[in-house]
Amino acid sequence: MGKRKGMEIALAAAEAAALCRPDVIAAYPITPNTHIPEHLSDIVAEGRLDAEFICVESEHSALSACMGASGAGARVFTATSSQGLLYMAEIMAIASSMRLPVVMALGNRALSGPLNIWNDHSDIMSQRDTGWISLFASHGQEVIDMMIQAFRIAEDRDVMLPINVNLDGFQLTHVVEVMNFPLQEEVDAFLPVYKPYASVHPDHPCSMGTLALPEIFSEATRAREAAIVNSRKTILKVWDEWEKQFGRRYEPIESYKMEGAEFAVLTMGSMGETAEVAIDALREKGVPVGLLKLKLWRPFPYEDLKKATKGVKSLIVMDRAVSFGGPGGPVASEIRSALYDEPSRPDLTNYIFGLGGRDVTVEDFIAMIDKVRLADKKRPKEHYEFYGVRGE
Amino acid sequence: MNTLKGYPVGLIENFDLYAPKLVDREEYFSPGHRACQGCGEALAIRLMCKALGKDTIIINATGCMEVISSMYPTTAWKLPWIHVAFPNAAAVGSGVEAALKALHRKGRIPDRYVKAVAIGGDGGTVDIGLQALSGAMERGHDLLYVCFDNEAYMNTGIQRSSATPFGASTTTAPAGVASMGNKTWKKNVPEIMVAHNIPYVATACQSYPLDFMNKVRKAREIKGPSYIHCLSVCPTGWRCPSEACIKMGRLAVETGVFPLYEVENGKYKMTVSMPENIRPIQDYIKHQGRFRHLTPEQIKIFQDRTNLEYKKLLNKIEHSKSWGEMSAE
Repeated sequence: MGKRKGMEIALAAAEAAALCRPDVIAAYPITPNTHIPEHLSDIVAEGRLDAEFICVESEHSALSACMGASGAGARVFTATSSQGLLYMAEIMAIASSMRLPVVMALGNRALSGPLNIWNDHSDIMSQRDTGWISLFASHGQEVIDMMIQAFRIAEDRDVMLPINVNLDGFQLTHVVEVMNFPLQEEVDAFLPVYKPYASVHPDHPCSMGTLALPEIFSEATRAREAAIVNSRKTILKVWDEWEKQFGRRYEPIESYKMEGAEFAVLTMGSMGETAEVAIDALREKGVPVGLLKLKLWRPFPYEDLKKATKGVKSLIVMDRAVSFGGPGGPVASEIRSALYDEPSRPDLTNYIFGLGGRDVTVEDFIAMIDKVRLADKKRPKEHYEFYGVRGE
Repeated sequence: MNTLKGYPVGLIENFDLYAPKLVDREEYFSPGHRACQGCGEALAIRLMCKALGKDTIIINATGCMEVISSMYPTTAWKLPWIHVAFPNAAAVGSGVEAALKALHRKGRIPDRYVKAVAIGGDGGTVDIGLQALSGAMERGHDLLYVCFDNEAYMNTGIQRSSATPFGASTTTAPAGVASMGNKTWKKNVPEIMVAHNIPYVATACQSYPLDFMNKVRKAREIKGPSYIHCLSVCPTGWRCPSEACIKMGRLAVETGVFPLYEVENGKYKMTVSMPENIRPIQDYIKHQGRFRHLTPEQIKIFQDRTNLEYKKLLNKIEHSKSWGEMSAE
């Protein structure tokens, strides 16, 4: 099944999106996602994909064009990063409100300023509450798989929500990996032609995106929340089907060496791969430490988290973003809140690091884990800590 | 008001009397919406829809027309209609058009021509939506964009836009002891559209319904980008009686403040013939509260600039040639 091939992950993301036969693609260049639309335009130019590729004049228009096309019944795709996502911000929440299944590849990059083109998660965190489903890939194979799964999930009649697949800028977008590419007929069998629930066409006129007064706005918001919460069922169903067809298993939280773990590290995105090596090294020394890789950011997998952290004494949450003047990193604050009502919960340490492309090494992980493991229990712990920042 | 006075006699006598009988009786923009009394924009949209016919998709920018026509769970639209946000009607329209093209090619929608038509007010078009409009027109989508220009942000309460005329008092450019109201000249967006080298650009006004509808029909037939800038009288924002809507539009044209012309493949043409001597702008502005404060000196500046702009247009009409003519030379 499939075809093994070495390729830059951004190009692989484009190949995966093309396998899904989108009808309309609209994207605007911004580092580091640019190779994705570039390569898609190549695929269209080579005649391998029958799609309209719109070279829009901004990201705002990229998402707007995708919404117009999706509203007219087309399967749509866009990709962006950082400032581009922020330029789309006005339209982000409207996409979920209108229940248009737009699929986006998001090459995560730090928000300016200062200007920086490298990876962290501040872009997606700024758009966390816009009603999009968010998946996080930790390596190239997951990028390919999630890209294809994304269309199935977003377009499912029980979901009908936009979805973003997050892949770390440079750490993933610009790295060459050997990956398994599903064949066209396999993807066709997994992902049927898109049949919209409603679309704008003279044969069945409808009004899309109407005005809601206070009498109905709360109900509309509640309905959207219910839709994204309920999307979990479809996501799990799609992942099950994926495993049956392609043999690769997906879970909201993937566990690595968690058997008997007293300490657990929780990561999102590409740093999970680096953390695995650190866990291997520590396990070899007999340290009872494991790794949890969070793949489903929205809807947040509360049940999976509670299950995964059962028996863990100390949880170390790694964040690639900060909520300025707030509770530290956004992932950690989410997890604190998720575990608050549990009768027994692990002690939690939050590290904020790897910002704006700062390297995250195996040694860093070992140092952070050791710091928690060997800490003087009597000393009061910081609510969160910036790791590896000079001049502190 | 005898607006026919001084006009050349048409080829068919009483054409204007009989022509309305040829207009589609179907209402695609139905009554019962919440527009103000005497709204020129709602009238213009009703006429536009009649000219476009059933096989049309409307893409609406946020603004008066979206708010008054689509209060959930009601809608005034019998045509398929989509609204996303304020600045992006042209971009959403690009997507609708691209989808129609792709789905038609792939046989997923019925095999017949459907026109995508994006509409917006002056704020959503000439200010915050100008970039998306420029992009859509430059990319050559098969998209008609109609700007309904009521010369200020009327939906949010009469704030000044770059389409607000010289001297008008608005809520963000108010007249006062130290201010004459709006100090700038109206941005010439039809000319910006001409500079995009699109095949059809026109100005129109709801007070000339047949002229407007003819232009909409012409634009509908163009398989490419086209732009119509429709002056839409807003009695609420212009501070004039609601029954003066049609009269104000007529006077805007007759005073040369808003001449009705079209630019087809580069060639300019006046579509509503103008009297040899245009009427003084006083005839137009004296009926409107937004100009009430203007001093004779300020009115003279307004008049002189109007004359100049009108001459500039006449010059283009006299000397412009269509691209076809120029290529053949």
